[in-house]
Amino acid sequence: MLLSEKNAMTEEIEELCSNYGSYRESLLPILNDIQLRFGYVSEFAQQEIARVLDIHPVEVYGVVTFYSFLSPKRLGKYIIRLCRTISCDMAEKSSIARVLERELGIRFGETTSDMKFSLEYTNCLGMCDESPAMLINEQVFTKLTPHRVAEIIRKYK
Amino acid sequence: MMEYSKKNGDRAPVASKPLKVAPHGLESDIGSKVEVEINGKAYKVPIGMTILDACKKQNIHIPTLCYHEDLCLAGVCRICVVEVEGMRSLQAACTYPITNRMKIKTSSEQVRKARRHVIDLLLSEHYGECYSCHRNGNCELQKLSKEYGVDSYRFGHVIERRHNVDHSSYSVVRDMDKCVLCKRCVRTCIDLQEVGVLESTNRGYDTTITTFNDLPLAEVICINCGQCINRCPTAALRANDPSHFIWEAIDNPKKHVVCQTAPSPRAAIGEEFGLAPGHSMTKQLNTALRMIGFDRVFDTNFAADLTIMEEGTELLLRLKRSLVNGDKSVHLPQFTSCSPGWVKYIEHFYPEYLDYLSSCKSPQQMFGSLLKTFYAEEHNIDPAEIVTVAIMPCSAKKFECNRPEMTASGFKDVDFGLTTRELAQMIREAGLRLPELPPSNFDDPFGEASGAGLIFGATGGVMEAALRTAYELVTGRTVPFENLNIEACRGMEGIKQASVLLTGLKPEWAFLEGVNLKFMIAHGTANAKKVMEMLKAGELADFHFIEIMGCPGGCIGGGGQPIPTSGEIRKLRAKAIYEEDAGLPIRKSHENPNVNYIYEKFLTDGPCGHKSHKLLHTHYVKRGKYIV
Repeated sequence: MLLSEKNAMTEEIEELCSNYGSYRESLLPILNDIQLRFGYVSEFAQQEIARVLDIHPVEVYGVVTFYSFLSPKRLGKYIIRLCRTISCDMAEKSSIARVLERELGIRFGETTSDMKFSLEYTNCLGMCDESPAMLINEQVFTKLTPHRVAEIIRKYK
Repeated sequence: MMEYSKKNGDRAPVASKPLKVAPHGLESDIGSKVEVEINGKAYKVPIGMTILDACKKQNIHIPTLCYHEDLCLAGVCRICVVEVEGMRSLQAACTYPITNRMKIKTSSEQVRKARRHVIDLLLSEHYGECYSCHRNGNCELQKLSKEYGVDSYRFGHVIERRHNVDHSSYSVVRDMDKCVLCKRCVRTCIDLQEVGVLESTNRGYDTTITTFNDLPLAEVICINCGQCINRCPTAALRANDPSHFIWEAIDNPKKHVVCQTAPSPRAAIGEEFGLAPGHSMTKQLNTALRMIGFDRVFDTNFAADLTIMEEGTELLLRLKRSLVNGDKSVHLPQFTSCSPGWVKYIEHFYPEYLDYLSSCKSPQQMFGSLLKTFYAEEHNIDPAEIVTVAIMPCSAKKFECNRPEMTASGFKDVDFGLTTRELAQMIREAGLRLPELPPSNFDDPFGEASGAGLIFGATGGVMEAALRTAYELVTGRTVPFENLNIEACRGMEGIKQASVLLTGLKPEWAFLEGVNLKFMIAHGTANAKKVMEMLKAGELADFHFIEIMGCPGGCIGGGGQPIPTSGEIRKLRAKAIYEEDAGLPIRKSHENPNVNYIYEKFLTDGPCGHKSHKLLHTHYVKRGKYIV
């Protein structure tokens, strides 16, 4: 990380902290904002948040790894989350998964080298009646077929 | 319950800090008693007491795993469940406060089945076999399995490792496959010691106790205090055991293997052989060490006496520079530097205050550098063939002896740091029953030591020893306390402070006339943090000397001491040390003939002279807490 980037991050975090107040309970809103703005919560950001909230960096790391929508690693621009819970699984989720892997050239849990796509599994999205379902960033796609998935991905490419 | 000093409130959620629960009805009822029925018998207990505590008082056994009396409550393991009449489900006894009349059953069918289930489930994720485990025979999970008659792996057993063993640290080995997620280490690291290395990460089946960014322990801000080891119920955390290297050196006839034993292991090692806490084994231990094959058995207390001479002189020099020369750059109060856990703590968390730390090495390292210089010269032994082993109550000593700056003799000053537990293992392996061995003395020339060196093992001991010497040095009289026992320095209070008025001084110390020597004693890094915050706020400007020990209770509660540990055990160990001190002929460091001999023969330019600076003093590293 460049020094100028670090300084900008520190400023950002201090501003968020003054908005939400420097209490333990401000941790989640701050993390959420950082995640939305940068796409991940870097090691440096975690330590800075710990500093301004006067808690231990490892506690911040514990929270970041606990929540699926917070990430300590840099992910792609589009994060694809395929539902792996029973209804979607029975609606042939695995064929959707194969298409996704083939179209993007990566495995689940990986990010494309151009940092455009990340592929993950998620637990139930609540779309069981329209399974199989997936999320791309915040948009939900349901009643997927292998053909449709390929089309959707090509649109995002 | 312990106190927390976080600016933003406590880490522990409100739910896990009971004992102060509003009772049914009136607030004025707090402190009054309520009648409860436990297993059909009626008892009166104070309102707010947990079910577990109430049962303990009545000698009713409830098994526990995540509960530890030094730590805040968690209630995560559910092994202590009991039946409370009227409740839909079983309740965790360790966190359930009694607030009204209730009927409790501690061993009904439902309770027994639930506990057995919990154990079976824990075992289904627990890797490994007991035979090849470091905690075989002293494992709480093993004990529980026996207690509840586990005869099969009902829900399966882990045969393949999920995690790598983290051997990166000189002091602590982490084997997360053995972890049962009781979070005692997390509560130790964050709440008891306030270091903040370990925390549980991820979720569900993937939950792991790990460090920041899952880094190896050697790369994070771990101070190596080993308190987590003392509280781990299984072998997930253990000390880095060097005993096979030591056996190798002992079995090599060319090597001259020398050991030094610190005051605390002798006060606690009996516990490893089934004795109750509080029995000192000094003389039996000497015999055992010789029978194992050590060529010389020395007493670290000698080096502790030397530390007092050096550290005391350093303090007097700082005072002189400040009071006589009016030197504003002098850093007072002076902090002690014998605890390697505390030294690494200040290096990480308060690097800007390192100048306040005494430059003296710890007794272990002073001894090491003297053994490979003075002792080698006097006995005509090649220092390259000397292997020095330090028997310590401490896991951080393993890190300390591996610091690159600890090579003043031209060799690695102390080759190995061995904990009390590892020594007990070596004694067992040698086929010895420690309590039954005949007593014997330490070897000369470093055999005789004073009681002042001995009490280094308990919190406040360094201060007491320093006062006994410094007061006499400047006034020519002994300290004005009965039997030299400075009670203000003793006890398990987190932070203690006191003062001694210096009057009627010798002419050469006249500049100290009328000075009220103020000192402070803290143990455990959580208390050290409070002291450092006071220093930061400028509240310690009129203090002169501050003793800090990294572990709760001082060295007797160190990370290398026998498991288990508790407030009561630490008190008994401290008592054993103070009793031994009271019975010694020499109880002041400056009266130790060996110390005087070494200043006459070897360190000829006196305490804090050129030669002692080279051999007995060190410098520190500004580590900081950022992990880049």
